[in-house]
Amino acid sequence: MPDVSLPDPHWADLPLGFALLVLALWLTWTQRDRAAVIGFTGYGLLVAIAWVRLGSMDVALTEAALGGGLMGLLLLTAAARLGEETDQPAPGLPARLSIALLCLGVTLVLAAVVLGLPSPAPNLVAPVASHQAVTELGNPVAAVLIAFRAVDTMLESVVLALAVIVLWSFGADRAWGARPRALHLGPPSPALVFLGRLLPPAGLIVGVHLFWTGADHPGGPFQGGAVLAAMAALLWLARLGEPPRVSDGLTRLGIVVGPLLFLLIGLAGAVIADAFLDYPEALTKPLILLIEAAKTLSVAVALALLVAGPPELPGPMPPRQSGRAAKGVTP
Amino acid sequence: MNEAQLYGVCGAGLVGIGLYGAILGRSTLRRLLAFNLVGSGVFLIFGAIARRGGLAGGAQSDPVPQALVITGLVVAFAATALAVALLIRLATVAHEAASAAATPGSTDDPSTPATASQGRGERGPGHVGAGHS
Amino acid sequence: MSLADAFTAVFVSLGAFFFFAGWVGLVRFPDALSRLHALSKADNLGLGLVVIGLLPQASWPFGTLKLIALWLVAVLVGGASAQLLAGAIHAQAAETSTGGEPGRGTEAAPGANGNDKATS
Repeated sequence: MPDVSLPDPHWADLPLGFALLVLALWLTWTQRDRAAVIGFTGYGLLVAIAWVRLGSMDVALTEAALGGGLMGLLLLTAAARLGEETDQPAPGLPARLSIALLCLGVTLVLAAVVLGLPSPAPNLVAPVASHQAVTELGNPVAAVLIAFRAVDTMLESVVLALAVIVLWSFGADRAWGARPRALHLGPPSPALVFLGRLLPPAGLIVGVHLFWTGADHPGGPFQGGAVLAAMAALLWLARLGEPPRVSDGLTRLGIVVGPLLFLLIGLAGAVIADAFLDYPEALTKPLILLIEAAKTLSVAVALALLVAGPPELPGPMPPRQSGRAAKGVTP
Repeated sequence: MNEAQLYGVCGAGLVGIGLYGAILGRSTLRRLLAFNLVGSGVFLIFGAIARRGGLAGGAQSDPVPQALVITGLVVAFAATALAVALLIRLATVAHEAASAAATPGSTDDPSTPATASQGRGERGPGHVGAGHS
Repeated sequence: MSLADAFTAVFVSLGAFFFFAGWVGLVRFPDALSRLHALSKADNLGLGLVVIGLLPQASWPFGTLKLIALWLVAVLVGGASAQLLAGAIHAQAAETSTGGEPGRGTEAAPGANGNDKATS
């Protein structure tokens, strides 16, 4: 999107940056965990606007979908299940003061580094632009993700698959093979069921559109996958469907198909093209499309399962640690 | 001050606030939140650097740092999901241990291995409730 | 300044006015439910006016359709989440009226909109 020029009201950045800092302070010092979690969701959306102001639409979309949406859901369910934890005894004033000074020092050093960056700024805009034509992708970020730094992206999709495996292993031994139940928070309210019926069809289109348009415009497998995962999580939260059992073969295939396909095509590149993760020239665009489609699916499945939590046996609600109110999504 | 510097300094502030919260947060969940604040601050600084590079190279933002931040965001989410699962599991195990210790004789129940091992480590329900986090 | 630009300026300003009214309601209203009411009304109307104002600037047909779809989704999600929040506030009010700690239920609303000023 090189022809997109941002409007230029620089004075709008000052309140936004200020709001981010104030919100972060409020998140740290406010009393109730659940209020802090809701505030954090709003914080994620504000950060997404900051990314727009920094000219990174791709990151803004990812931040809004992941940092604002899915992360909010994940932390809200966690807050609902954990209840309000009792405050831990704070250390004495000298210790707190010295920690605050240390943090202030870190901030000051970082700020000094940011303000003292070399000028002209070193960058890789020109190398990316000059090689971008080979990939037939119009979006330079997509070209970097899938071609120029493909090994990072591949390892990252492996990390997602590993994260799901580790998450599942957090379940109790006797619950192995059961369904994840982190999103089971009592009977859903009618409004949630209504939303769960109406939103997913639209969300499905948006998710696939984000993946498809990612070749030439902001978007891509991560953004599309995150939207799809949010729709699945909404269905599970509204109890219109159940997360699959962890022993389900199709689910497991869905988690690994993205990294596996990426790895196989990468290995084939060592034989039919010049190097590992190199694509033969005639097939570059179709191969990239194939990898991205599989990656979108895997990202969606993995993110949705990460929100759904480890396998649990059906049973009473897990503990709440104190008598204070701890309601999640209840009528 | 241009917007790259402004958001860079903002990111530096977020790292400091998050660091304080991660050390001295009220509860484990709040420390996790604060840790995510640190991450978001680091990403913002990276974004500010990408913006500077992009403007110097004739684009809105340098695509290479953008791509790295996108992968970083996804990994940060995965790490947070794991941490949340650990917190809930910890609370469940502590709760089971507390209720097992409250009813005498049930700590040796072989059908609940997690409860039994936790029961050996902790003594009494009051201690379990306060000492897990 | 063309006619389309003037149209945009008028409608976006109107929308901004409604957002401002919603913000005033958020800050000034005494309890969570009335804040929620002010916000959801002002958000739907304000966003609708902003979208109408931006229609002449968007590319026909897909840009226009996307903008309209955006407003529809926002209305749907905004309405449903306002319902959910109100339900949670009611449940909490019922709980606190039996268990003490009055007034705590009002804390959730300001955070829900990422607006920290309301807590001051």
